[in-house]
Amino acid sequence: MTTILGIETSCDETAAAVVRDGHDVLSSVVSSQVDLHARYGGVVPELASRAHVQLLTPVIAESMVEAGVGENDIDAVAATVGPGLIGSLLVGVAAAKAMALVWGVPFVAVNHLEAHFVAAFLEEPELRPPLVVLLVSGGHTLLVEVKEIGHYRVLGGTIDDAAGEAFDKVARYLGLGYPGGPAIDREAAKGDPEAIRFPRAMLDEGLDFSFSGLKTSVINYVRKHPDVSTVDVCASFQQAVVEVLVAKARRAAREIGAAGMALAGGVAANSQLRTHLLDACEADGLQAFLPSRAMCTDNAAMVGAAAWYRLRDHGPTPLDAGADPNLRIPLTA
Amino acid sequence: MLILGIDTATPQVGCAIGGHEGVLASFHAARGRRHAETLVPAIQFICQQTHIELSEIGAIAVDVGPGMFTGLRVGVATAKAMASSLRIPMVGVPSLDLLAFPARWTDRRIVSVVDARRGEVFYCFYRQVPGGIQRLSELQVGSPRQLCSEIQATGEECLAVGDGAIRYRDELEELHRVEIGEAGNAYPSPGSLVQLAHARALREEFVNSWELEPLYLRKADAEINWQTRAPQTKGTR
Ligand SMILES: [Zn+2]
Repeated sequence: MTTILGIETSCDETAAAVVRDGHDVLSSVVSSQVDLHARYGGVVPELASRAHVQLLTPVIAESMVEAGVGENDIDAVAATVGPGLIGSLLVGVAAAKAMALVWGVPFVAVNHLEAHFVAAFLEEPELRPPLVVLLVSGGHTLLVEVKEIGHYRVLGGTIDDAAGEAFDKVARYLGLGYPGGPAIDREAAKGDPEAIRFPRAMLDEGLDFSFSGLKTSVINYVRKHPDVSTVDVCASFQQAVVEVLVAKARRAAREIGAAGMALAGGVAANSQLRTHLLDACEADGLQAFLPSRAMCTDNAAMVGAAAWYRLRDHGPTPLDAGADPNLRIPLTA
Repeated sequence: MLILGIDTATPQVGCAIGGHEGVLASFHAARGRRHAETLVPAIQFICQQTHIELSEIGAIAVDVGPGMFTGLRVGVATAKAMASSLRIPMVGVPSLDLLAFPARWTDRRIVSVVDARRGEVFYCFYRQVPGGIQRLSELQVGSPRQLCSEIQATGEECLAVGDGAIRYRDELEELHRVEIGEAGNAYPSPGSLVQLAHARALREEFVNSWELEPLYLRKADAEINWQTRAPQTKGTR
């Protein structure tokens, strides 16, 4: 039995969790900074880093109390080392290494992207690879083949904006506030997704995405038609994003002969994306996995779980490790 | 009481262990700026060399800045995590105090100056008192010109220490009443941190790990922009 304390501070969530044997989540505490960044319309790195310093110690303490574990029960301490905001990452890495040193247990460096993939298995242990994971968040839009935990291959990604970034930018332009994803989802539910035909960039070519043009055409459209109904704009924009995401995920699954598809990342909470992906999986006879909202967004349970596999396959990380804001997916194809 | 001191507020990474016997071991590396990579192995090293177990440490002292934000946070986050997992208290000491402390044998006024980048410096005035130093001003951030006029206003001879003093040597020396401290004192000394913290620990001037905060002395850019923009947007709405 291996109990791991996981720490996640790559962006604007300060999180700690206690996870046993890579699947048993004893606690998962997330302190979101959304309110702190809302007035700026996006995450302010310096503010995020400052908040992590303030929040991390109590968040860790709470995760251990909630899990009912003491320091003698912790077998390893893990932290996200990248990708993410360097100042934010360093706070979690510094704290994790310090605790590993004090308790005399291994430190485990975790790749944030891998943690998102492992999150799917956390809630659905029956999930069978090969799997296509669509990771969509404010920072990432990735299609990845998961051959097994620890073995990934990038199939496609965005060439400009991340999907979540497009949601944030469009929401900001429409005056819907931050974060944009939930706001647009809410408004879109009241509108007509067929009202405006926004472009579907690169729909028929390859597995890469582009969302910057779509964002621009939404802004241009609203500028030209100031009286257009906002709910229709939201619904039509969301429809365009979801259609492209689902079409590419489907194509990817077909190309690699996947057994199923899973969603990950904050945008995976989008209701339209969930419905359409589920329909697509049904039509194609694929297993579908749509994680809960808590597991889609950044959390430390996925870090504690990913760390267990990392420790099993690669052993502890040396204490002279740092953070890497541009860390990629381990290329073990 | 044994104290572990951690200092990463400037381009230097440092740590030291000491107590009533003085400083037992210290480490510093002024080049490289790989604070996160260097710090924990350095702590391990000084503990091994002094045969001190972390469980024997009675308090964690940390340089709380002002300094370089990202580096500063590495030390503060490490110190807070160590103190909370060892269940021991903390002592926070400003970087500017640490710079003035080794200069305390002078009769002159001491001014600690840390390079704050973007054409600014963090600074504070001190004078020698029995057993240590005493702050004569607030910890401040401002332009070198502002610092110079404050030095001028004192009408006293000054010893200026720190990397900010070295960077703005020309401006300071033009005042003809400032001597610049040597390069060996450009960064806070982890040994001084342990000495100063030990004195404060004896007076039980502790903070809890969840209460300790870095001294930034400067808001995040976004906050500054927001504040300068906000009054205008309000007016136009
Ligand atoms: Zn994420």
